[in-house]
Amino acid sequence: MDWFLWLHSEHGIKLTIFYDHWDRGRFIKGIWTTIHLSFVTIVLSIVIGIIGAWFQKSNFVWIRLIVQGYIQFFRNTPPLIQLYFFYFAIDTFLSSIFNIHGGILGSYGWAVVSLSFFAGAFNVEIFRAGVEAVPESTIESAVSLGYSRRQIYQYVTLPLAFRVCLPALNNNLINLIKTTTVAYAIAVPETLYIANQIWSDEYNVFEMMNVVWVIYIIIVGFLVWLMDRWERSTRIPGFGQ
Amino acid sequence: MKSFNYKTSATIQARDILKFSLNKQTALVLILLLTVWLGIDEVYAQVQGDPNQTILETLIKWTPLMFFGPPNEFGGFVLNITVSFIAMAMGTFMGLWVGIGQVSPNNIIRRSSWLITQLFRNSPWLVLLFYFMLLLPYTVEIAGTRYDISGWTKATFALSLPIMANLAEIVRGAINSIPTGQWESAQSLGFSRRQILWQIILPQCIKRMIPPWMNWYCILTMATPLISILGVNDGMTLTQHALAAEARSEFLIPMYLWLMTWFFIYSYPIALYTQRFERRFTITN
Repeated sequence: MDWFLWLHSEHGIKLTIFYDHWDRGRFIKGIWTTIHLSFVTIVLSIVIGIIGAWFQKSNFVWIRLIVQGYIQFFRNTPPLIQLYFFYFAIDTFLSSIFNIHGGILGSYGWAVVSLSFFAGAFNVEIFRAGVEAVPESTIESAVSLGYSRRQIYQYVTLPLAFRVCLPALNNNLINLIKTTTVAYAIAVPETLYIANQIWSDEYNVFEMMNVVWVIYIIIVGFLVWLMDRWERSTRIPGFGQ
Repeated sequence: MKSFNYKTSATIQARDILKFSLNKQTALVLILLLTVWLGIDEVYAQVQGDPNQTILETLIKWTPLMFFGPPNEFGGFVLNITVSFIAMAMGTFMGLWVGIGQVSPNNIIRRSSWLITQLFRNSPWLVLLFYFMLLLPYTVEIAGTRYDISGWTKATFALSLPIMANLAEIVRGAINSIPTGQWESAQSLGFSRRQILWQIILPQCIKRMIPPWMNWYCILTMATPLISILGVNDGMTLTQHALAAEARSEFLIPMYLWLMTWFFIYSYPIALYTQRFERRFTITN
């Protein structure tokens, strides 16, 4: 702490987050917001991916087409505009229909919804590829053992498919964490937004910019490490690679 | 052997075409949904608001601004596309060198290329945008004359960096995917390392790199509206200006959908071609 004060007085490097109580408090809150925003959207996007991949194997053409439309829409439009669309347009529309003042969800809620749908669209494709990689004979043996369609999906297909699609899933989830910064645009108080407030108050753009960069690299690096470990621990010898 | 190959490739192409028509159906459904939306909104607007100006009229009124930017100024959706082109070109050029650097026999070059790749691959695009928008100077002085650096130039540079890092990974992966036998046989024919790389290895890599390269172009195009957060007059900023000028909540959904539709129309065919290339290349290899 004294060292950072010395750094400021001697070299003019203002890392206020290390000695100013108020700045440190809000900055830690910002990092925490980024972490749980990432966590909630990761979980929801995986759920969307699983449900979507299930619907894609549906016998009804219309359901398949709707899922396909959802995927293509969210993959081929910018995530920032999706976020604005949900937060400004859909929120206003829904609250005017139901006569609710002040919006249905806050900016955090809409960020969760929009980012989950965005990453979910990629996850559907990833899981579908994984499900298709499960050998037909495995499914047939499960049928002959008397499993129902849902049970096969739950106990046979999904656990195997998960292992196939983990590398692609890794990439997408890392991308999702990076995309959470977009929530800055609708004033979700996450790391980048708080950092912006701090550098506006303290005039230390350069220092804060570097801190933010390092923090994101640490968060992303942590997820990379975690997923890598998970990938290795769930590996079945002789299956997949 | 030859006729057999021809036959399989014919069936593959037939399957491609089938798949394409399925995707066409999807596009049709999407357009249908959009039309239904517009219709609902039309009715909604007529019931609720000013009946003199329908949503369609408003969209048509603002489209030139959103697409081409303000008169005598560079902006709008055209700017998004321009930024994506230039950033892709710069990113590809730098990525090629960094990617080759990653397989260099020189330890220092290899380590530093690896570091650059990891650094820019793992940082969020928006953070990079902020970093370079705020820290690059507004003007530069070269040989006594001052040049202004416009916001979008800096944004383009910032966007080209993550592209560089990701393409470097693709280049490295492609080079490593070429069997080592190729290197050895070329060496035995007396080629130098540089000749092997540029005349034998890289030409074979191009085919493998095209699908991921196109994929990254799509991702880049989808990231260009981020520059609106930093105050560049791109399609997103101008749409928000138009919405602010109208100040009517029933225009929100159609305006945003309209802007998204352009991005969709631009990016969807590229995504389809990427898929087709991918399928064709993986089967013939």
